[in-house]
Amino acid sequence: MHLGLILPELTLLVFAIAVILVDLVTQKKEVLVWVSLFGIVISAGFTLGMWGWGSYAIFNNQMAVDSFAIFFKLLFLGIAALVILASVDYTAKFANFRGEYHALVLLAALGMMLMAATTSLISIYIAIELTSISLYILVGLLKDAKSTEASLKYLLLGAVASAVMLYGMALVFGFTGEVGLGEIARVVQGMSLATLLASPAFMVGIVLMIAGFGFKMAAIPFHMWVPDVYEGAPTPITAYLSVASKAAGFALVLRVFYSAFGFPDWLSLNWGIIFAVLSAIGMTVGNVAAIPQTNIKRMLGYSSVAQAGYLLVGVATVGLSAAADVVGRSSVLFFLASYALTNMGAFIAIIAISDKLKSDQISDYSGMGKRAPLLALGLTLCLISLIGMPPAAGFMAKFYIFSGAVQHGLLWLVIIAVINSVISAYYYLRVVKVMWLGEPASAEKVPSSGALKLALALSCFGVLLLGILPGIVMRLAEIAAKMFGF
Amino acid sequence: MPHQLLWLIFLLPLFSFIIISFVLRPFFNDKPQLGGYTTIAAIGGSFVISVFALFAVMANEGHALPVPDIEWVLIEGGLSIHLGLLVDSLTAVMLIVVTLVSLMVQIYSQGYMHGDPGYHRYFAFMSLFTASMLGLVLADNLVFMFVFWEGVGLCSYLLIGFWFHKPSAANAAKKAFIVTRLGDFGFLAGILALYFNTGTFDIAELHHLAITGAISGTILTWVAIGIFSGAVGKSAQFPLHVWLPDAMEGPTPVSALIHAATMVAAGVFLVARTFPLFAHSMEAMTTVAIIGGFTAIFAASIGLVMTDIKRVLAYSTISQLGYMMLGLGTGGVAIGIFHLFNHAFFKALLFLGAGSVNHATGTFDMRQMGGLRKVMPWTYATFVIASLSLAGVWPLAGFWSKDEILASSLESQPILFYLALITVFMTAFYMFRAIFMTFGGEYRGGAPEAHGHPHESPPVMVVPMVILAVLSVVSGFWNVGGQFDAFMGHGGGHGPGFFTVLTHPLPLLSLMVAILGIVLAYAVYSAKWLSAEKLRGMFGPLHTMLARKYWFDELYEDVFVRTSMLNGFFAGLQQFDTNVVDGTVNGVADGTIAGGRAVRQIQTGQLQLYGLFIGIGILAIILSVLFLG
Repeated sequence: MHLGLILPELTLLVFAIAVILVDLVTQKKEVLVWVSLFGIVISAGFTLGMWGWGSYAIFNNQMAVDSFAIFFKLLFLGIAALVILASVDYTAKFANFRGEYHALVLLAALGMMLMAATTSLISIYIAIELTSISLYILVGLLKDAKSTEASLKYLLLGAVASAVMLYGMALVFGFTGEVGLGEIARVVQGMSLATLLASPAFMVGIVLMIAGFGFKMAAIPFHMWVPDVYEGAPTPITAYLSVASKAAGFALVLRVFYSAFGFPDWLSLNWGIIFAVLSAIGMTVGNVAAIPQTNIKRMLGYSSVAQAGYLLVGVATVGLSAAADVVGRSSVLFFLASYALTNMGAFIAIIAISDKLKSDQISDYSGMGKRAPLLALGLTLCLISLIGMPPAAGFMAKFYIFSGAVQHGLLWLVIIAVINSVISAYYYLRVVKVMWLGEPASAEKVPSSGALKLALALSCFGVLLLGILPGIVMRLAEIAAKMFGF
Repeated sequence: MPHQLLWLIFLLPLFSFIIISFVLRPFFNDKPQLGGYTTIAAIGGSFVISVFALFAVMANEGHALPVPDIEWVLIEGGLSIHLGLLVDSLTAVMLIVVTLVSLMVQIYSQGYMHGDPGYHRYFAFMSLFTASMLGLVLADNLVFMFVFWEGVGLCSYLLIGFWFHKPSAANAAKKAFIVTRLGDFGFLAGILALYFNTGTFDIAELHHLAITGAISGTILTWVAIGIFSGAVGKSAQFPLHVWLPDAMEGPTPVSALIHAATMVAAGVFLVARTFPLFAHSMEAMTTVAIIGGFTAIFAASIGLVMTDIKRVLAYSTISQLGYMMLGLGTGGVAIGIFHLFNHAFFKALLFLGAGSVNHATGTFDMRQMGGLRKVMPWTYATFVIASLSLAGVWPLAGFWSKDEILASSLESQPILFYLALITVFMTAFYMFRAIFMTFGGEYRGGAPEAHGHPHESPPVMVVPMVILAVLSVVSGFWNVGGQFDAFMGHGGGHGPGFFTVLTHPLPLLSLMVAILGIVLAYAVYSAKWLSAEKLRGMFGPLHTMLARKYWFDELYEDVFVRTSMLNGFFAGLQQFDTNVVDGTVNGVADGTIAGGRAVRQIQTGQLQLYGLFIGIGILAIILSVLFLG
């Protein structure tokens, strides 16, 4: 047994159960926040302790404990902590479900941590379901019409995506006779190119798996759920979906496609091109669709589709460079870390502002620079980072991912991405303009709680740190990009 | 001392800036003194570490210390930028100058800025300036040097315009920023040309390449000229000198720190830092020497007739910076930097003295002062010491470095030597003219709205002045016997002794010329053997020309800015912008917005449709993979 190596996951499970139990006995629901945060900190401590130990395959090759998994586990734990901090006030909207809320946030984090570590098709499916089911419930927790509709849509489309993905996994299993990623890679490498070319079922299986993962990543054309669900879900959960769930999807794609389908070059070139095309369409549609939005959550929904497009530039680079170069994988990791901090920061500011205004309309953000200067400043920084302007993290992330792509012959894709970045500046900066140059609707200040301020400050600090001193995290990302078995 | 600690020299003032801006100013606005204490503590810490750094470099025989660097951007197989420190003898000397003068100025500012509503803002900018200046001195590659170069320029802008409600201050700030930017353009072009020819920004590597001859010829000359044009802007050399006199609109301690001792000397430092590039191009060296020598006498001549004490000092600074350039262009790093080192102390002291006088009288106009010798004995004594040092009177600091510059220019550029010698005379004359007008005779009432009798400044202002006065006397002793030259790797430590120097003809000559200048100033402005008015009448047109500063402001503003730029070039640009650029942008924007509406049509909210799109999407991918792939 390898229980020692899954201590972070076990801890989270124990605390998720503890939260529910504590919820039964206490009236002071603030305790739940502390219990959850405590669990996350302990879990993060265990995870951090494993950095640099080396790589292990555990549970009969179902899971790997390697630097790649640890990088993502820390990312998910950090995001979960920010989500919990950001929902301290928000949870008043569903006062009766606070215990469930916190437990489900922890369980979703647990699922995502498993997603980053799984190395077999079966455990991948289980991890995805654990994550998804927790999130389906969380999306519907507001219990109003929009939230319920969002939850139902998410559930149904998620089920479709799961089914498609399972079908793809079945085809891949049928073709190779293996479920472990390493074993699949060995079988595929043992085959001649002629066999591969003569087996459309294998390629179809891979495409169907892309569809399943694409749903999680919010990649086109599997993104249709995004605006509706983002708008209807409780805002902290929208943030969670847009950041952690997406990152988990990318973790899976990187591991599966790199470990199982990384060789031969013909194969990786093929899926590299698929991702490149999805990336080009995704960022263009996401950015163009974001322009006419009037609801800030919907706008950030399309923005998240576009950001997934930028991230896929890195995945395409992995396909085109295969094992040759670490830059594709490490740049995706760095981009995810930067995007996570940025988007969390933006959503935290939105939670703070919209909760007081009772509105998600961009026009209601008018004059926020006067009514809530610190929140407006934080949101401005995050929006600048989403555009990809220095000194924010987004600049370095885009620079990193694009320069890797250019090195590996994806200049055309980078040109499209840069044009898209310019288009995106329009709708991001529109919010900035409304906040600082618009006339405030009333002179009344918009107060916010200490927990929200802390969460926003932490995010903004991270955004600046990654933008000004990116070397540290780049180094970590490069170490993490060297996965188990490679 | 572990070498990592050297990072703190730069980081401490930066932290001070962050603390003042983000903690003290928002939350402790009612306790302004905290900002001053934070700044002093941070810069004091930097000074202590700088002293250790100096001793460490001495123990290392002037060679660079191995300081661990930071990976700033790192992309495997691609770009990698390291943040590193270059701490050699040149840096060590500059560190002492910057931290010591800054420390004295911050202490002095406690008194000078007392009660100003922008107290926190003042110390925040001062901290940021000191951090940038130290970063500029410490940077080991040209990119970061350029970043901090712009950083000090920004702080200079912010501090000149510190009292931004005064239109003259706001305009002066703008002028300083724009004029120096002209030079920076050349600097940036020089850096880029270097990079394209060598592939590196690293200063130590560039030294190596220049010394081994890997870069040479015309390219080297043009790169050196480009870098020098940055130095011309920053150090207010002819023809970009016009911003510095106007910069006197800032608070006087700012003038002392930024526009006398440190930032304006950054141009000299830049040339010294990249000196191997200059040393291997005859043309570049000659350019530096000629610009420096000409600026020295040109600015000194204007200083002869200024009536505003700060403007006298400003032109004196320009002139002395020209001296340093002359030293660099004819002698080398050690000679130019030694004058920079000495000049920093006595010129900062002169500015602090002018501030002290202003504190008492409410004006900078020397015609309204006079007779302050008795009421302000400390200010008077320190001002005289600094002036003697600046005039180059044995055995004060200025004597030692000025003498070396004269000697080196006599060796390689005899014409410039004579200009420099005349400048010695002018320097002595205008400084003692200022002393006699300010401190001699009877009090002429101060500013029109002045309040009561002038009085000596408080100890918090006087003590830093006394410390700087001591330094203005002794700092020159470092090179007695050639010790400083040896430290900078120039010569083997042979030089004239403390007394034997007076047996050489050249030092004796320059001393005589300086004393002649002092005597003439005494004759005109103190003993009144000669009437100033009569002299002015005798040299009428000449006086007008000097008083109007050779009409350079008019030339730049009317001819270049208004006629050529505003009505010519910019008007054309505006046409292009409205018609071509805006037209294109609007067209693209309309197209994109139409696209956005179209996409919105698809997003109906109907679940079945979403599922259909997933299906169609998968089908499209599969088909294209099977038939195209």
